[in-house]
Formats: sequence, structure tokens, C-alpha cells
Amino acid sequence: MKLSKNFTNPLAANNPVIVQILGICSALAVTVKLEPAFVMGLSVTFVCAFSNLFMSLLRKGVPSRIRIIVQLVVIATLVIVVDQFLRAYMYDVSKQLSVYVGLIITNCIVMGRVEAFALGNKPWDSFVDGVANGLGYAFILVLVAFFRELFGSGELFGFTILGDWYTPNALMLFPPMALIIIGCIIWVHRSINKDLQEK
Amino acid sequence: MLNLFINSVFIENMVFAYFFGMCSYIAVSKSVKTALGLGAAVTFVQVMTVPLNYLLNEYVLAPNALAEGVDLSFLSFILFIAVIAAFVQLVEMIVEKFAPALYNQLGIFLPLIAVNCAIMGGSLFMQQMVGTEINSVGDSIVYGLGSGIGWWLAIVMMAAIREKIEYSHVPAAMKGPGIAFIITGLMGMAFMIFSGIQL
Repeated sequence: MKLSKNFTNPLAANNPVIVQILGICSALAVTVKLEPAFVMGLSVTFVCAFSNLFMSLLRKGVPSRIRIIVQLVVIATLVIVVDQFLRAYMYDVSKQLSVYVGLIITNCIVMGRVEAFALGNKPWDSFVDGVANGLGYAFILVLVAFFRELFGSGELFGFTILGDWYTPNALMLFPPMALIIIGCIIWVHRSINKDLQEK
Repeated sequence: MLNLFINSVFIENMVFAYFFGMCSYIAVSKSVKTALGLGAAVTFVQVMTVPLNYLLNEYVLAPNALAEGVDLSFLSFILFIAVIAAFVQLVEMIVEKFAPALYNQLGIFLPLIAVNCAIMGGSLFMQQMVGTEINSVGDSIVYGLGSGIGWWLAIVMMAAIREKIEYSHVPAAMKGPGIAFIITGLMGMAFMIFSGIQL
């Protein structure tokens, strides 16, 4: 039962983005459209899951003094794999994501989960934790991208949803709106989960 | 060069246009004093690592740079992050040895800079701009300085606003990160007026 709790917790009640405020750096710029947001979410899930797995396997062999640099090497290697994969098979999306794929390295969620969870837990638990946190991140990304693409260009995944009667609100495509949408999501989330509210 | 500087400080501001360094931006913007300290440290590291990575890119990573027909650009993530992590470690050691008072003030923030997306993002953007806006070491220093100062400006303004907002009646669920995101969004809209300025 512990495993399933580890899995569901990061998806809602302890979401890495809106509760722990981690990984915003690369999160918001890729949310203009759903497709890059989706790909970015999956990439982070992949990196987070496997960096957790590998660091958990290595946790007894790595002296704690040099662990940060070992983590960075493991994470950077995984990110290079993702980047090369995207360039080979999804070139258009990889162009849209530009430097943000590289910034998965400095995504606090990945580092944070390795530090907080993988270094003290068994490989399988760590893997599940990584997947769950990655999906929690992806969920917020897709939610923000849904609103921005729907109201900003009247489309979802590139298909027209709102017809000619709708005048696209170009402001939704500008960076500041991503921040305001995230602010509103936090507002709704904390109104439901009252224990998270600051005094 | 002046154009590049103004551009990187105001128009392509790290926080408002690209969301870089959001994690520490939200977490550390509670008092102006600590924000000033962190901003200074980030600017310093940025000014040093962007030119270092520029040289690395120019003489090792770029196609045909190391030897004819060798393209090592897929290694740029791992080398950039290694340079940044090593440099931050070095700065930490030097500051600890020669300026213990400053070290105690910045203590916690210094190691955090290694995973600040603004630093890594600065280097990655520099790599993209090679050949267009950045053509020499001097340009890369100007870009590093400009983007660092842009981040500094953003976090200090944010901290000042948050110190004032302590006294206002914010809805309970919006307190803390929620309102911080909305303020950042509004500040980002204000910064959009700079777009299109040419010097």
C-alpha cells in the first residue's frame, strides 16, 4: 500500500510544481501549445524516473561529499539521451523546446527527488517515486497549456476547437499569462486543500 | 554591444521572458537583503561562466573546432554543467577562505546557484546566439553581465513588493506562492513595454 501512496501523492496533494514550487523554471515557457508541453512532461518523467533508479542503485557506493557531481553527471547523461532522441524522431517539437530540454538538468524536481528520496530508498520505490513526480509535473504543464492554447489560438493539439466566432486572445500566448494561470491553479488547489494555506 | 546589454537586461529578461531561475526567485524573494545577496552572487557566477562556456564552445564543442570532421556539440549539456558546478565550488572555497563574513551571509545560496536555471540557461542561450549577436569573448561577457543584472533586478523588485504585501489582505489560499506568481505575471506585462527598443 505504501507504494501506491507514493505514486498518488505527488499527483495531487503533494504536487511538485504547485505545492513544493519546484521545476517552474523550465515548466512555463513550453506551455504555449499542448504538444510541446506533453513532450516536455514525458521527457522530465523519463529523466526523473531513471535518475532516481540509477542514483538509488549507486547510493551505497557514492561518498556523500561528491554526490552532487555524480548526480549531475547521471542526470546530464539522461538529458543528452532525451535530447538526441527528440532531435532524431520529433525534430519540430525539439526545435520548439529549444534550450528547455537542456534545462531539465537544472530542474529542481529531478535533483530534489534524487536528494530527498532516491538516496535513502530501494531502487524500485525510487523509480515509482520518480515516475509519479514526473507525471505530477506533466499534469500541471498540460493543464496550463490547455488553457493557453484553447484561449490563445482556439486550438487543441493544433486542431481548431473554437470556430470563427472566437477571436483568439493573443495575450494568452505571452509569457506573463503562464504565471497568472499557475497562480490561479495554486489558488484553486489551496482553496480545496486548506491545510496547505499559509497562516 | 550596448544593444545586447539593454536587450538582455530588459527585453529578454531571464525571469519575465524565459522564466529562468524561478525556483530560487520565488523561494528567496521574501526579504530585500537576501535577494540582493543572491542576485549579486548569480550575476558574478553568470559573468564568469558564460565567457568560459563560450570559449569551451568555440574551441572544443563546435563542429570542426577540435579536429576536422569532429562535432562534439551533443556533449555541451554535460560540459556546461560541469563548468558551472566546478566554478560554483571554486567560488565557494575562495569566499570561505578570504571573506568569511560574506560566506556566512551567502552560505546556503552559494551551492544552490549551481542548479539555478538562469546560469545554465544563460550558457545555452549564448550557444544559440553564437554567430548572430555574440561573436567574441567580449560579447559573451556583456551578455553574461546583462542577463545576470536582469535577474538581480527582477528578484530585488519582487522582494520589495513582497515586503509591502505582507500588510495587505490577500485571500488565504493565495498567500505565499500564489500571489507571487500573479505579481510576477503583472511585472512581466509591465516589462513587455520595453520590447522593440533598439539602440
